Amino acid sequence: MNVYAKEFNASACRYTADLRHRDLIQKALAGYYAKRDEFKGRFQSWSGARDLAAEVKWEAVNHLDRYLDEFVSRLEARGAKVFWAPGAQEAQDYIVGVARQHKVRAIIKSKGMTAEEIHLNEALEKEGFEVAESDLGEYIVQLRKEPPYHLVFPAMHLTRQQISDLFHDKLNSEPTNNPEDLTMIARRIMRRKYCEADMGISGANFAIAETGMISITENEGNARLTTSLPKVHVALVGIEKVLPKLSDLALFLPMLATAGAGQSITCYNTLYGGPRQPGEPDGPEEFHVVLLDNHRTELLADAEQRDALHCIRCGACLNVCPIFKNVGGHSYGTTYQGPIGSVITPHLRGLQDWKHLSQASSLCGACTETCPVKINLHHHLLHNRRNAVRARPAFLEKLVQSGFVLLMRRPAFYQFAARVGRIAQPLQRLIRGTFFDPLRAWTKTRSFPPLAKKSFRELWRERKTP
Amino acid sequence: MSIVQVLERLGHTVDYPEAQTCCGQPPFNSGYWDEARTVAERQMAIFRYAETVVIASGSCGAMVKVFYPELFHGHPREAEAKALAAKTFEFSDFLVNQLGVLDVGARFRGRATFHDGCHSLRELGSKKPPRQLLQHVQGLELVEMKEAETCCGFGGLFAVKFPMISTAMGEVKCASIADTGADYVISNDSSCLMQIRGVLDRQRKPVKTLHLAEVLAQT
Repeated sequence: MNVYAKEFNASACRYTADLRHRDLIQKALAGYYAKRDEFKGRFQSWSGARDLAAEVKWEAVNHLDRYLDEFVSRLEARGAKVFWAPGAQEAQDYIVGVARQHKVRAIIKSKGMTAEEIHLNEALEKEGFEVAESDLGEYIVQLRKEPPYHLVFPAMHLTRQQISDLFHDKLNSEPTNNPEDLTMIARRIMRRKYCEADMGISGANFAIAETGMISITENEGNARLTTSLPKVHVALVGIEKVLPKLSDLALFLPMLATAGAGQSITCYNTLYGGPRQPGEPDGPEEFHVVLLDNHRTELLADAEQRDALHCIRCGACLNVCPIFKNVGGHSYGTTYQGPIGSVITPHLRGLQDWKHLSQASSLCGACTETCPVKINLHHHLLHNRRNAVRARPAFLEKLVQSGFVLLMRRPAFYQFAARVGRIAQPLQRLIRGTFFDPLRAWTKTRSFPPLAKKSFRELWRERKTP
Repeated sequence: MSIVQVLERLGHTVDYPEAQTCCGQPPFNSGYWDEARTVAERQMAIFRYAETVVIASGSCGAMVKVFYPELFHGHPREAEAKALAAKTFEFSDFLVNQLGVLDVGARFRGRATFHDGCHSLRELGSKKPPRQLLQHVQGLELVEMKEAETCCGFGGLFAVKFPMISTAMGEVKCASIADTGADYVISNDSSCLMQIRGVLDRQRKPVKTLHLAEVLAQT
């Protein structure tokens, strides 16, 4: 077992035994389920919307070359600078370079999972730049020096009390359990940081090819300030974010809000198309778009799992995943948690290192059922398992599987094994759940049903010959 | 035997080819598709001449109906896999959607809740049939649990590879079952029932597990 799998198991053991955590996440999601269903109901047909969204993303992803070119040429025509980053390192280097060139002192940043993916904050801080997260949830986890717990709700694992304690500890604020007061504490600090920052970094929810604009959807207004007050705006955008037409947003904005947060539409939806144009009163002097590949084109080359690039990072699959709800977001050890993370992390960071996430699933399919863009998530977990075995079968497991096949090809062996089981079961009771119990992985926490005295086959024979 | 009794009561001839073993789902789910194919080929040969194949488990049903065609995709025996998939049905789906039967003439006294096996629910899309059948059982009171569609946590080898996650999921499921105050939890998947029973037993909860066919066989 590799180090990532060991860490996952250890963390999963801790979280699954933590009933307070289980309860907290269940309660946090109960409100989401109710609102999500309410707003799904406002679509003329949610399933029709999913079909359409999947088609639009299919079109975009399968003609990425064309749409990206269109997106870039229109952006550049308005004076934006576009950088094609093959990997995380190149993207980091470029953004650090822009910061240096402008002699930036302070950087403000709005929420973006792509930045988490390339560990942008660490790279900038290493070069001496101060980076402040402006999304409230991100700000909280930044203060705690931990990664986001959930790709949409970074601080969903924390109670108000914990946040109050954190603010008291780090910001010297008065303890309070009132969410509005807590928000005001962060807001006062944030307002100052917007004015001090000379560079703003954002992500993008969508990249519109037709108009050469990025679309950012948010609830706090922090992205608008992050992108418009500082003199330089850098947007880090995964290449799969592209949508062909502006009108596609009419579908995708409400869909993202509904699936992602249980809202009809988020509070702020803004399009950004370049730096301040002549005659415009505000906006950044420079506008950079960093288009990030970072192994996405390898996923694009995999026809079987290409639809994983449809993902709009709504997090709906995490919210319904019984694995996520029990092991928690931090157990994954990945940028993208939950089912989508288990599917794509092996592509982004190596199959052998991350195959355990595809195995840590009961394949219940709740993720696939909920995905607004119809990614075949749980079947891709099966595909990852198959690909991992194909590339490097584990010796012992291979032996067990071959033994299983042998047993299943010879009914006599199979019947013999069942008979042995029936004789051995009463003896197993003596060692149940102990180190010597071959079934301890099961029996430590669950009882094993007594095997039937007679097999179906025996009953069937008795019935045929009365 | 319950499934045989129900089908015979409805006037059908049931055969049980004794040479059959497993559908091959364990190696398939573990990523050992070549091994799974070997096991599957055996079942395909055994059931080649059957008119209809009825399976008592949504999970095995999904393996044959949904995953055999994928397992044999581009393989010389793809057509055979698809043919078997087309004539294979999960028990409740077969009764309701193929035979058009809702009332099998069963009587059963008690308060019960139904657990949706994930394969039956999501791979086979069979949410209604088991409930329709249970609603027609005389004396049975069917109550829905909040987490009816939530996975019980079995997931085959997942249950022993990740016992801590599997058990936590089982506990969530069983808490929801207990909340209904039902005497019985019914499902159309034996593996889910094994998991649920295992957790309920360990928690010393008095709820009993029953397969759908066991209920429908009672008169």
